[in-house]
Amino acid sequence: MQIKNTEVLRTPNSPTPGRPVIFNQEKCTGCNICVHFCMEDIFVPAARKGELPIILYPEECWYCGNCVDDCPVPGAIALNHPLMQRVRWKRKATGEHFRVR
Amino acid sequence: MSETTETAVGAEVWPYPIRYGQVKRHESDVVVLGGGIAGVWAAIGAARQGAKVVLAEKTVTARSGAGGAGVDHWQWAADNPCSRVGPEELAQALIDNQGGYRNGISTYIQCASAYQALLEMEQMGGKVRDVDDEFKGAPFRDEASKLLFAYDYDARFVLRVWGSNYKLLLRKECRRLGVKIIDRISVTGLLTRDGRPGSQVIGATGVNTRTGEFNLFKARAVIMCMSRPQRNWTFSSELRGITTFRPPTNVGNGHAMAWRAGAEFTMMEKSMRSPFASPYSYPSYGVGNAINTWFACNIVDANGKEVPWVDCNGEVISNFDDRYRPAEGQKFFIMGGGSSSHPHPGLKEYAGPKLIPDLAERMQNGEFTPPFYADLTSMPDHERRVIWGLNVGEEGKTRVPVLQTYSQAGFDPEQDMLQTYDFLRGSGMREPVSPQERTFGEQGVCGGLVVDWDLMSTLPGLFGAGDLIYGSQDHSHAAATGRYVGRRAAIFADGQQDEHCDDGQIADEMTRVYAPLGNGEGNGGGMDWKELNAALCRVMQNYCAEPKNAELLDLAEMWLDDIAETEVPKLVADNPHKLMRALDVLDILTCDQMIVHACKARKASSTHLHFNRLDYPELDPPVWHKWITIRRDGDQVAVGEMPIAPWGDFESNYQSRL
Ligand SMILES: Cc1cc2nc3c(=O)[nH]c(=O)nc-3n(C[C@H](O)[C@H](O)[C@H](O)COP(=O)(O)OP(=O)(O)OC[C@H]3O[C@@H](n4cnc5c(N)ncnc54)[C@H](O)[C@@H]3O)c2cc1C
Ligand code: SF4
Ligand code: SF4
Repeated sequence: MQIKNTEVLRTPNSPTPGRPVIFNQEKCTGCNICVHFCMEDIFVPAARKGELPIILYPEECWYCGNCVDDCPVPGAIALNHPLMQRVRWKRKATGEHFRVR
Repeated sequence: MSETTETAVGAEVWPYPIRYGQVKRHESDVVVLGGGIAGVWAAIGAARQGAKVVLAEKTVTARSGAGGAGVDHWQWAADNPCSRVGPEELAQALIDNQGGYRNGISTYIQCASAYQALLEMEQMGGKVRDVDDEFKGAPFRDEASKLLFAYDYDARFVLRVWGSNYKLLLRKECRRLGVKIIDRISVTGLLTRDGRPGSQVIGATGVNTRTGEFNLFKARAVIMCMSRPQRNWTFSSELRGITTFRPPTNVGNGHAMAWRAGAEFTMMEKSMRSPFASPYSYPSYGVGNAINTWFACNIVDANGKEVPWVDCNGEVISNFDDRYRPAEGQKFFIMGGGSSSHPHPGLKEYAGPKLIPDLAERMQNGEFTPPFYADLTSMPDHERRVIWGLNVGEEGKTRVPVLQTYSQAGFDPEQDMLQTYDFLRGSGMREPVSPQERTFGEQGVCGGLVVDWDLMSTLPGLFGAGDLIYGSQDHSHAAATGRYVGRRAAIFADGQQDEHCDDGQIADEMTRVYAPLGNGEGNGGGMDWKELNAALCRVMQNYCAEPKNAELLDLAEMWLDDIAETEVPKLVADNPHKLMRALDVLDILTCDQMIVHACKARKASSTHLHFNRLDYPELDPPVWHKWITIRRDGDQVAVGEMPIAPWGDFESNYQSRL
């Protein structure tokens, strides 16, 4: 097995759940409206104008979805439930099982 | 398409200007502290009365609070034209159903004016009726008014509403009326005449959560709408994010600051086991179930076998429509499904239809096979569409987190059955949690500020509304009491003179709130807010859970005091956001101390208060059927009491204040 030899940093663990929302880089305009409407103030604006907001305090998210609801660009931001919380269901006719992705 | 998650890597400079120690002053007739549902309605009520109003909100008024992400049930609107039950009768039933431990004043205000508030919501642009005729002909619809009802379709006092944008509209109305809204101020303390606790309240202090700027609010009347304590027994930020049902920013700041100012509180001894606060719970309203938002959904087992429903007499309900009607000999029912908000079963007289109570045993016997599912596919079309689309969709935190997210993942209510994790062990309603996993304010009616018929506290000039006042809950309650208190506070303010804020009190508060900023050096020995919060929960779990006795409660007091002396001085914050969270944990500690004092003061066990004292095991002895009050008096705690129904006659008290 070949593993690329990149520089290894001494990084701390990240808080988890660490990805309450996912931005779509192609669509997000970096307008920071979500930063404004987040009721837990978990984001901060990026240092450069027009870039994706930074998720500074992911573990403080309330998973209310307001940031998604209030974003003016459809598909620019999506809520991302913690893996532990992704609910499952069953299709009645076929018995197939599915879950939130 | 590239999807990215920008998380913070490395430390960058704080993006907002830092203004520690700088003071901004605001003056008004009325200041509203907390811009949630009660707060915005209070501001509207006061502004309509002609008062100059300032509203200070910790986060962002457009969306903040438990109701900012929606509401689907407009509770106890007995003043609506279709209700078969009047305000007086409904208020009394709600109080009786809680064994007397519910606030009669605010419950009556709710029952008598929730619909009036809803009509005002409609004027602001909120959707309150089925104008698009989506549910034409449904048994829960009044064809003339197009209003939709929930639970008991005969009694018709709970409405189904489209509340996901109400908060945005309320903020707009505040602006239109000239309310000065100041977002991102975490209010930290109350200012009193001459700086003395126990005297008239004349203002408040707060810290900006982005800049750290100190804010001073001077007013002739102060209305607190900061909801209630949470995170007293359970705290985790690592499992599903911060474990609170109400927003994590609601930690009981109002309780703590009013306590420091000398106001009286009651029912602070009540806490309950709660799956709502469990770090392992699922997205709210996002699993199959049969209560609240999902009432009265078919539940089936792994083989598709339906779990039967029973009425309050224990009779199996064979006709589907009877899940929405009172039982034989019953006048009306409250909620139904085995309500989540009544940990005590409540009175049989008002109990609604629910799933068979012995499901767990019948599962053990092999009659039912887990897992269970909520089967919307087999529900009548209008019921399926109203649960998945209106209730799930308008209910707080469901529009994006459940309706949109699950639909995008392929969930189709016409084909799919959503798993119910609550029934995995046949527990009927919710996963049982340990006696130590408790909550104070996540769920149900809980303890809070003592108020009179003006919704004024025991401190002149200090008013309260919404979830913060004792024995109350609900969105429509916050709206109705907010609307009412705004008016009462404005009238009070009109008669007041200009007061001078005490410089010493302000200086002391500045020292207190900025203290955690001085502790960051090298972080050596510093105490992080999360670690402190978790440790406080541990004390409460060990010494103030279930059961209690004098020894345990003494130890609770001792360990809380010890932490206050030893670790609190080491509390660290290195930016305004963390300062807010750190100050929150200090207030959680204060709320814990209030809870322990109240627990020590009630020397009797009570089912309604979920209060089990080993040293006073008799349940609900009549002499203890009263409210225990606590108040800070210097270094002492003054314990008092109120008779169980201190409010007198509903109608005349209410009418005389309109
Ligand atoms: C997910 C969810 C769904 C719900 N659905 C319903 C429903 O369908 N029907 C129903 O009747 N009830 C429902 N409720 C309950 C209802 O939302 C609450 O009862 C109601 O919002 C209480 O209003 P409030 O103003 O007292 O508190 P909140 O609306 O929570 O407002 C409190 C406000 O105070 C602010 N605040 C806190 N501390 C400070 C401080 N130190 N300084 C400044 N501001 C501060 C907060 O940021 C917040 O804006 C639901 C609750 C939740 C969480
Ligand atoms: S996600 Fe939406 S609201 Fe947030 S910055 Fe991008 S475009 Fe603006
Ligand atoms: S889901 Fe709510 S709390 Fe989480 S980032 Fe979005 S607005 Fe903020």
